[in-house]
Amino acid sequence: MKRPTFCSQISASEITPPELYARRREFLTLGATSLIASSSLISSWALADTPKKLVGKSNPQFSTIEKLTSYQDVTHYNNFYEFGTDKLDPFQNAHTLKTEPWAISIEGLVKKQKTFDIDQLLKLAPMEERIYRFRCVEGWSMVIPWIGYPLSQLIKACDVLSSARYVEFISLADPTQMPYVKSSILKWPYTEGLRLDEAMNPLTLLTFGLYGEILPKQNGAPIRITVPWKYGFKSAKSIIKIRFTETQPTTSWNLAAPSEYGFYSNVNPKVAHPRWSQSTERRIGTDLFAPKIKTLPFNGYEQQVGHLYAGMDLQKYY
Amino acid sequence: MLAWIYKNTINQFHKILVLLGLTPLARLIYLGYQGALTANPIEFITRSTGTCALIFLCLTLSITPIKKITGLHQLIKYRRTLGLFVFFYATLHFLIWFWLEHDFSIVAMIKDVFERPFITAGFISFVMLCPLALTSNKWSIRYLKQRWIKVHSLIYIISITVVIHYWWHKTGKHDYSTVIIYALLLASLLIYRLHSWFLNSIKDK
Repeated sequence: MKRPTFCSQISASEITPPELYARRREFLTLGATSLIASSSLISSWALADTPKKLVGKSNPQFSTIEKLTSYQDVTHYNNFYEFGTDKLDPFQNAHTLKTEPWAISIEGLVKKQKTFDIDQLLKLAPMEERIYRFRCVEGWSMVIPWIGYPLSQLIKACDVLSSARYVEFISLADPTQMPYVKSSILKWPYTEGLRLDEAMNPLTLLTFGLYGEILPKQNGAPIRITVPWKYGFKSAKSIIKIRFTETQPTTSWNLAAPSEYGFYSNVNPKVAHPRWSQSTERRIGTDLFAPKIKTLPFNGYEQQVGHLYAGMDLQKYY
Repeated sequence: MLAWIYKNTINQFHKILVLLGLTPLARLIYLGYQGALTANPIEFITRSTGTCALIFLCLTLSITPIKKITGLHQLIKYRRTLGLFVFFYATLHFLIWFWLEHDFSIVAMIKDVFERPFITAGFISFVMLCPLALTSNKWSIRYLKQRWIKVHSLIYIISITVVIHYWWHKTGKHDYSTVIIYALLLASLLIYRLHSWFLNSIKDK
């Protein structure tokens, strides 16, 4: 992948006049789009087993200009416990995941239960590329160019009843495809949840790809969500069911260790995990001796999502 | 300390043992040169030095039982070298944390020790290891006499606190598959000693 090197030549930390800064972003966008375009041209000659390209229109309004984490690190350092608890396990084991056919069933407080198959979902709304910061609860972070569209687009197509207040995401849990689903590390299937207004926030991305291609299996293929202002485990992978509920759903990590992983799990430097501080993070792919960087409230997305939690005690609702 | 270890390597086997003991470090340096220390190098080197210290602790504590069972009394000569490797890797483990997590700030380090129970357990273990390493020379053995054995019994407490350190570290992940192996191994090595003490106390009566 050429893009990270391309971006690294232009350091985000350089002090630049705002007008030039904005133009640089255009330049970056242009470069990104042309690179994606050229790579999709190459893909027509590529071998059958190389990942399928997925083009998304770059959305600078929702993208950071920070240096991207390399494709190698994004795809070789994953938490996806269905395939093992070591960071390299998902890369090594996820090849057994069958992503075709795939469908998401919509259940709970909706007018009518229905199922969207992957082709319907791919066509539901225009694909965008968004470069988000991704902060893991373990204290590391990445910058990832995701491809998808706002989850709100799908929710709008679901005819949700007015009594619905929460959305539950249920991941695939098939022991024949996912070796660790037999283990008792977590309660399977992996379940996550958001408040409906969080799910409707334009930042919440229904994600189909990264780095200009469909999601690699270890990253939660073929469909996941990305909730950039929350710790990574809130961004459920390989989703097969979305359920609308009136009461707060139980989530896998909250069930496993309620004092460590709250339902909200917004990135918050002021609320320490019981076993480590959350005030700083290590950016994956930076120099071995690079100092840790300061973690921002809501992972730097406070402007976009801060209002969702107005008046809430974030120490209590961690 | 390396020089000290080397000076005390009298015969060939000792040299081989020292070389073997240094291979994990050599591997880390080699992987570092290759840029192959995973996506999170600091986590990787912290964890692998910790694991090394733990493995050497198991080896150190295995010497006495193996010696008694097999009658290979010369094995006792190597126990000190193995023990010093525990200290060597534990020091690396500690220094990486002290440097890269806390930038050598004693205040930040102490704060962390009080904040996080698993760090408390690891820190206490390292502090207890220090007097053992310092008194591992012949002069100390002669000078401390009976007290030397008492001081070095600390190793049994350390073997419990390091398992606690590792266990608590893994609680969030709910994955005890590796730590349980070390816990069982160290538990059986401790039970062996309790058993011999028990037999001895009966004999003494």
